[in-house]
Amino acid sequence: MNATREPLQRVQATGGKSRETSDSTGMRRSRAASAAAVRGGLILAAILVMGWLLILPLAVVIGEALKLGVRAYLDAIRSPETVAAMKLTALVVAVTLPVNVLFGLAAGWAIGKFRFPGRSVLVTLLDLPFAVSPVVAGMLFVFLYGRTGLFGPWLFDHNLKVIFAVPGVVLATLFVTLPFVAREVIPLMESAGNEEEEAARVLGAGFWPIFFRVTLPNVKWALLYGSLLAAARAVGEFGAVSVVSGHIRGETNTLPLHIEILYNEYQFQPAFAVASLLSLFAVISLALHVLLEKKRLTGTAKRGLA
Amino acid sequence: MRIEACGITKSFGSFLALSGISLTVDPGELVALLGPSGSGKTSLLRIIAGLENPDSGHVLFDGEDATRRDVRERQVGFVFQHYALFRRMTVFENVAFGLKVKPRKERLSRDEIRARVKELLRLVQLDWLEDRYPSELSGGQRQRVALARALAVEPRVLLLDEPFGSLDTRVRTELRRWLRRLHDEIELTSVFVTHDQEEALEVADRVVLLNQGRVEQAGAPEDLFERPASAFVMDFLGNVTIFRGRAEDGRAHFGPLAIEYPEHAGRPSVPVAGYVRAHRFDLARGEGQKSGFWAVVKHVSPSGALVRIDLSDGELPSTRVELSRERFEALNPRIGDRLFVMPSEMRVFPGHEDGTLTERPPET
Repeated sequence: MNATREPLQRVQATGGKSRETSDSTGMRRSRAASAAAVRGGLILAAILVMGWLLILPLAVVIGEALKLGVRAYLDAIRSPETVAAMKLTALVVAVTLPVNVLFGLAAGWAIGKFRFPGRSVLVTLLDLPFAVSPVVAGMLFVFLYGRTGLFGPWLFDHNLKVIFAVPGVVLATLFVTLPFVAREVIPLMESAGNEEEEAARVLGAGFWPIFFRVTLPNVKWALLYGSLLAAARAVGEFGAVSVVSGHIRGETNTLPLHIEILYNEYQFQPAFAVASLLSLFAVISLALHVLLEKKRLTGTAKRGLA
Repeated sequence: MRIEACGITKSFGSFLALSGISLTVDPGELVALLGPSGSGKTSLLRIIAGLENPDSGHVLFDGEDATRRDVRERQVGFVFQHYALFRRMTVFENVAFGLKVKPRKERLSRDEIRARVKELLRLVQLDWLEDRYPSELSGGQRQRVALARALAVEPRVLLLDEPFGSLDTRVRTELRRWLRRLHDEIELTSVFVTHDQEEALEVADRVVLLNQGRVEQAGAPEDLFERPASAFVMDFLGNVTIFRGRAEDGRAHFGPLAIEYPEHAGRPSVPVAGYVRAHRFDLARGEGQKSGFWAVVKHVSPSGALVRIDLSDGELPSTRVELSRERFEALNPRIGDRLFVMPSEMRVFPGHEDGTLTERPPET
């Protein structure tokens, strides 16, 4: 008796529900329509804001750069001062990136894998470059290494020039980019734990084999991702570098500084031409960024990618 | 290889994990370290492996002091609780790892490594999965890869930390039978940690029961089960119902239950605890010759060869009874029935939670 009654009730229940649906279909349809309108409106607003704030400026950069034709564009890019700025920027990246990778791995490994006194202080200190305004960071370096600075006299006596010279530019960029790699690597090191390393040790592996075969592969995408962020920042850094560089043309001008000088001298077309280079770099790093972000989040490297 | 641990003490901060533990594992033996969580069993295993250093005490391998020897030189195989497989390596690379990182002089050639890994994967019945990554395997498969990886370096001793802990019941029973067979095949001195008494009793040659950093009892599974050295052992090793009462004039009284307790005759009244295993009860619909008490059936779970019945009455603690299927069908108890519960064997331990046994427990 019970067994037959229950399915019957269920049939009635669904029947009731479908009837209710047909009763209120009209109301639901209008509600759905208004929801779609809201959704469409929000999407349109987002596209407009993006276009206004991001796409339009980018288009203007390219438009202004090419306003006087391709020849003028190429001339601006090939001018000795621009080439020197490009070279300096490349040099800065070439120095800061390896340092960042080494420091990031060391800091990430120590903070992510071990508990030691002062660990939380170290973590906080790592964020200092994010918290301090780049201009202030630049001034700190002037205060330390400038002619009248703390180490200034000693440096002067030994004929070493830091401020208003390439070392200053590199130092300032290092300061600003230091947290990027470490910040990406620490959470992964932490979540991976120590078990795989312990397993490798029991199997007889020494420190370096464990590091290169077990620890490093587990953070490799985060490492690349952090490096990309650091490189992008190193190329684009303006504030800190501006304070320490001295704006010596062909010597201590990085690309952003060079653009500013050109702009201040009302050389709009060349300024935009050089700016288009930075924009191009930004677009490329953005594409890599998207690619790496996917890798980093999926985490597991499948066949062929490992 | 023979493993000896002598007077191992280890504390983490203010927590004393192991206090003066000694034990011996004979060559070719399969020993279970059994205990509740926090009893120190994993710490002891890690100290034997060399992953942890004891505060005091020694670990001897074949009579040779290995206490200060680095993990890398101890030649132990270790299977971690959560497998700890190298997630960026395939199954093949995982198993080959220990062979590839050997110093150049001792290292096998590529082909030899390949052959050895294939052989190990066949042993754990996973040769068809060598190109997979750990994330693509089931729990039981990961466990077997971890085992093959540990065996690859031809360890002198195999240590397993909760080897079946994170597997579902079916795979677990299958895998532990398989481990037992494998152990009989390769005759490697092995120690495994578990909190599951059934697992320890089924798989191990010898069981070492730990509690609060001490060895409570060590011996063959039937020794521990039939001759528990303490109330803790009896409680830990199986479904027991504990009755609290007092001993007076050579008898122990637990509410309506009273049994002979001759060892206590002529001494002042003391609190005692009576322990009865679930299968040492009988149920009847009326009172018989044996001493017992009335209780109401609260729950019946007829799964497997034994039927578990939970009974309760107002005064005594709820009682878990296991009946054979034949006995259950003959009696056919239903929820709400009032039945007469008769313990057929009870062990009396002095003091309520006093872990020591000073007198031989009598039988009713």
